[in-house]
Amino acid sequence: MSKVGAPEKLIIDGKRLDGRGLEDFRKMDADVHVLKHAQGSGMFSFGATKSVVGVFGPRTFHPRRLQKPKEATLRCKYFMAPFSTEDRIRPGHSRRGTEISKVITEAFSSVVIVEGFPKSGIDVFIDIVQASASTRCAGINAAAIALADAGVEMKDLISSVAVGKVDDTIVLDVGKAEDNYGQVDFAVSTIGGSDKFVHMQMDGVVSREEFSKMLSLAVKGCKQVYEKQKEVLRKKYGGESNE
Amino acid sequence: MNNNIKFIKNSIKNGKRINGREMEQFRDVKVEKGVVNTAEGSARVTIGDTVVLAGVKLRVMEPYPDSPNEGSLMVDLEFVPFGNPSFETGPPKPEAVEMARVIDRGIRESKTIDTEKLCVKAGEAVWSANIDIHIMGDDGNLIDAGALAALAALEDANLLGYDLENKKILRDEKHEFPISHKPVAITVVKIGNTLILDPSLEEWKALDARITVTTMEDGSICSIQKGGIGHFTKDEVEKAADMAIEVGKALRAKL
Repeated sequence: MSKVGAPEKLIIDGKRLDGRGLEDFRKMDADVHVLKHAQGSGMFSFGATKSVVGVFGPRTFHPRRLQKPKEATLRCKYFMAPFSTEDRIRPGHSRRGTEISKVITEAFSSVVIVEGFPKSGIDVFIDIVQASASTRCAGINAAAIALADAGVEMKDLISSVAVGKVDDTIVLDVGKAEDNYGQVDFAVSTIGGSDKFVHMQMDGVVSREEFSKMLSLAVKGCKQVYEKQKEVLRKKYGGESNE
Repeated sequence: MNNNIKFIKNSIKNGKRINGREMEQFRDVKVEKGVVNTAEGSARVTIGDTVVLAGVKLRVMEPYPDSPNEGSLMVDLEFVPFGNPSFETGPPKPEAVEMARVIDRGIRESKTIDTEKLCVKAGEAVWSANIDIHIMGDDGNLIDAGALAALAALEDANLLGYDLENKKILRDEKHEFPISHKPVAITVVKIGNTLILDPSLEEWKALDARITVTTMEDGSICSIQKGGIGHFTKDEVEKAADMAIEVGKALRAKL
């Protein structure tokens, strides 16, 4: 059932099509305070996948009937720019976007401190401006540093990465060809470089042993992303490394 | 946190579920196939007081350009307003969208449907299978019930004939529907630091985190979705995967 245009192999002599080793990231790039009009903002990219996030709040929450009397409501919204893929994406509502927004909101709800901001809301807008696989992971990574940039209180950052299985081999940071033609895409997010998973979505068939291997690689990958996120925040705001 | 949730959390902490079940114990599961005669395939699944109805409908469409000889699959899920007093009419809520997509991926990623056999003529016409899941009664554990109903409805389904020249579905022709696997979704719910299976509605409302693991008959995993605002440690995820594989076998036997 190979798809039209699928390359014969995705891994040749232990190297991936873009020349990476099995546990190499694409080039990670990140920045904070990239938007003038948002209260806090961040950018994160894995190679050609690029996400820009703007954060507002705590601010007055609408609609009022959904306001919580004792705490702020956190709302994350993930969307892809129409020009972010080869075929234009129709703007507006999508079932995929609804689901991803929901799981991202739940992931951040485990770290964002909402107590003490009655009736208010924290809005996180995650825009995928350029898509080349692992878009939700780039979005989550940008959102974490954008929340920090906005001064929203958090227990820790969240870091995200997609681990994959291509040509029966486990790889880190799934790229575009690997996402399209590979066997498994496994996106996870952990709290502050730990092994606590706050988000996890997997599509594709793995054996029980492969699954354990992927979990370990995911923890390791998230830790590297966490370092990158801290580095960019430190560069902007100073502060000592706490290692 | 309301008192009910506090009570459930406390009692689970003390090793007891409010319904008296063991932590990993399911309620009675019943699968009935062929319950709707207008559908190409149908099934009703009950897990305790949770009742889910699934129906398969087929239509012919033009194939997608990147897979000219493959049919397609689509899962939709609806919270029927009488299924729970809190269900409302109107467009699907994010909860329903998520459940439908989790069930969809379990079937899709396991390659349960041989989509090449849904091809009528490459590049021109393929079958599209719509699985619609109606939640008729909600007493928790909707993803597991919905996924089981969807699979049972597929097992019950027939492929129809198609007259390509006149673009007409031939409903009197019945062929075998091409399915080759039995993916079963098991949702492991974390309340406090305890993992439980088959949550009732009250327990569902009290959950800290949940993870749905869909497994196949050979013990491999084909789909995972974590939800809820709490976290799972790596050890807990490993344990949840083992539980899903084990209990999945028992549920698969009900088909």
